[in-house]
Amino acid sequence: MKRKKTDILLAGVGGQGIISIAAVIAYAALKKGLHIKQSEVHGMSQRGGAVQSHLRISDDIIYSDLLSEGNTDLLLSVEPLEAVRYLPYLSSTGRIVTAVNPFVNIDDYPPMEIIEQQLAMRGRCVFVDAAALAKQAGNPKTTNMVMLGAASFFTGIEAELFKDAIHEIFAERGQQTIDMNINAFQLGNEFAAASGRL
Amino acid sequence: MTAQLLLGAEAVGQGAMDAGISGAYAYPGTPATEITEFIQNSKQAQMMGIRAAWSTNEKTAYEAALGMSFAGKRSIVSMKHVGLNVAADAFINSAITGVRGGLVITVADDPSMHSSQNEQDSRAYAKFAMVPALEPANQQELYDAMFHAFELSENLRLPVMVRITTRLSHSRSGVVRRAPVSQNPLNPETDPNRFVLVPMNARVQYASLLEKQPSLVALSTVSPMNALSYATDNRSLGIIACGIGYNYVMETLQSQSLNISVCKVGQYPLSMSVVDPFIAQHDSILVVEEGYPIYEELLGGLQNTGKIRGRLTGTLPRMGELNPNTVKQAICGVTESKSPIEDPPMTALMPVPTRPPQLCTGCSHIDLFNALNAVLCNVEERHVFSDIGCYALGALPPFNSLQTCVDMGASVTMAKGAADAGLRPAVCVIGDSTFTHSGMTGLLDAVNDQTSMTVIISDNFTIAMTGGQPSAATNRLRDICLGLGVSSEHLRIIVPLARNHDENVAVLKEEFAYEGVSVIIAQRECIQAAKRNKKLLQKK
Ligand SMILES: Cc1ncc(C[n+]2csc(CCOP(=O)(O)OP(=O)(O)O)c2C)c(N)n1
Repeated sequence: MKRKKTDILLAGVGGQGIISIAAVIAYAALKKGLHIKQSEVHGMSQRGGAVQSHLRISDDIIYSDLLSEGNTDLLLSVEPLEAVRYLPYLSSTGRIVTAVNPFVNIDDYPPMEIIEQQLAMRGRCVFVDAAALAKQAGNPKTTNMVMLGAASFFTGIEAELFKDAIHEIFAERGQQTIDMNINAFQLGNEFAAASGRL
Repeated sequence: MTAQLLLGAEAVGQGAMDAGISGAYAYPGTPATEITEFIQNSKQAQMMGIRAAWSTNEKTAYEAALGMSFAGKRSIVSMKHVGLNVAADAFINSAITGVRGGLVITVADDPSMHSSQNEQDSRAYAKFAMVPALEPANQQELYDAMFHAFELSENLRLPVMVRITTRLSHSRSGVVRRAPVSQNPLNPETDPNRFVLVPMNARVQYASLLEKQPSLVALSTVSPMNALSYATDNRSLGIIACGIGYNYVMETLQSQSLNISVCKVGQYPLSMSVVDPFIAQHDSILVVEEGYPIYEELLGGLQNTGKIRGRLTGTLPRMGELNPNTVKQAICGVTESKSPIEDPPMTALMPVPTRPPQLCTGCSHIDLFNALNAVLCNVEERHVFSDIGCYALGALPPFNSLQTCVDMGASVTMAKGAADAGLRPAVCVIGDSTFTHSGMTGLLDAVNDQTSMTVIISDNFTIAMTGGQPSAATNRLRDICLGLGVSSEHLRIIVPLARNHDENVAVLKEEFAYEGVSVIIAQRECIQAAKRNKKLLQKK
């Protein structure tokens, strides 16, 4: 039997909630009885720097904590330039789901058209206006859950399991936070479903 | 029990608590910080009365842990790799005294220097001290290793090192817990000589450490951290792997369906009865270790015939951390199997601009650097000695304010030496936590010598760099400096804010001109800490 694995690279800028996306996916995968490894970057690179997390899910034992270049199934980015940064990790059949909202804290930030072009050349992309959807969900800080909702189709994990995971991960922050994040997930999910890019 | 998702660092913390520690000692440092934070935040630690507050530096942490061990209880001390340089005196000598209650030192190495000045390998310290070191490869092994390490420590009456690396510390996976062990009762050392390392005792103790060495090797031979798998019908290549390197090896074998023997070595000192037969049965050996080529050098010797390959032979890169790609390439290169990467990486056509780490908007260090630059803008050769912390980013554009960053505390003492050489103005910038970690003693040297220099303590009331842990002497820095003998006229307090710029520039100018020791404490709360504290207040 061929083993089923999903290798996911999460990307963004420090403070954009990458680690929370990773926590929700990992929790849902654990509930589904799958093997998980998730590595993340702490320390120096967090302050306005590029942040990535490698997430690996499989029905078989997982050895490496890090992804291999050219093998990643899903590149999920909360920031468009950060998606470009990790393109070498993507496999030839890999999918890209990225927010279109740039986080500009450097002088040489490339024009959006070029970024979109680069991404589209490498794989099938879903571009999400995560900022607008997060606002609609009630809080700009929920862009990360919007993006998870949009990318959930490529993870092999059911939306309902993700929602349970959101309840669990955000439990300590109160019902209002949970609702907003569920809302954001749902909006991202519906957007991707309607995008015709699945 | 069901599996629980834990970071490697958290697995260490959980394992230590379940193995019955009474105390956890540490000074923060990436990638080790989360070990102690996990214990601090755990209800279990509170219920069991496990002591887990931060220490002032790694040496004080280590010695406190040794004291707890002297009293008969189990303790863990954790630090990043360079922290062991600071604690080395205590560590090496604790191998001579030996321990009573189990003492486990967890050191987190940072190959590739993600957040460090170097990539030193702590196993070299285990060799230096002649104590065992465990090298778990995954989160479950890390958890289990804590039980094994404490038992080893008490059986051998030696401190035991558990070595982890960045990727293991900061990677999460499922961990199944065991039934917790209860804490040791208070049971202090009864031998009147063992801990008194005057020469005549020290010689006896050192002889006993040497005597233990064969049993250390014997224990490595049967270590539960080892694993051996022989490939059927393939004796051309055998791989010796340890730590996270083992994971990358197994990943390659799994993904490429390769049939290769693997000898996983999980415990230092290296046992020749484990590796000798393995080496003998294969034509060539690849050694895959994260960090320095310690085992490779040991096995290859000075006259490596080419049988042993690894970082020294160029089969793997000499520096930097391993990753699945470098290991895959090495294995496929040696076995001459098909193209190492089946999906060639699709490099982006566009060079992607980097996002270097930056000081936060509103950071107090920024206003200090602006004032410093205003004072020194006409000084042709700048020499501001600095130190390690968020403020080290002041060495980079747009500030370019700092000219050194070497090891914690070095700013004060390097400024002193440079002042002795005749450099004026001799100025240093040091953070509040770095000052209490190891800047205070240097300041005492300067005071005693009446050195012409200015120490600027950039006091943001927290250890910001590692995530905002409490700083050891918040609100007491002034008293400390006075106590060390700094005169009150030349002990100035400023508040680094844009609106105080002119006033602050004037203070800096005055003190730079003073022929003697002056200290300027630039005090304003870290902007991230302020945000967190506000949130906490709102919650209440
Ligand atoms: C010996 C040693 N221990 C720990 C560290 C990790 N570390 C780097 S900077 C720092 C603390 C800096 O705190 P502070 O001086 O208050 O400056 P801040 O980051 O708050 O600006 C620590 C713990 C290190 N580099 N070396």
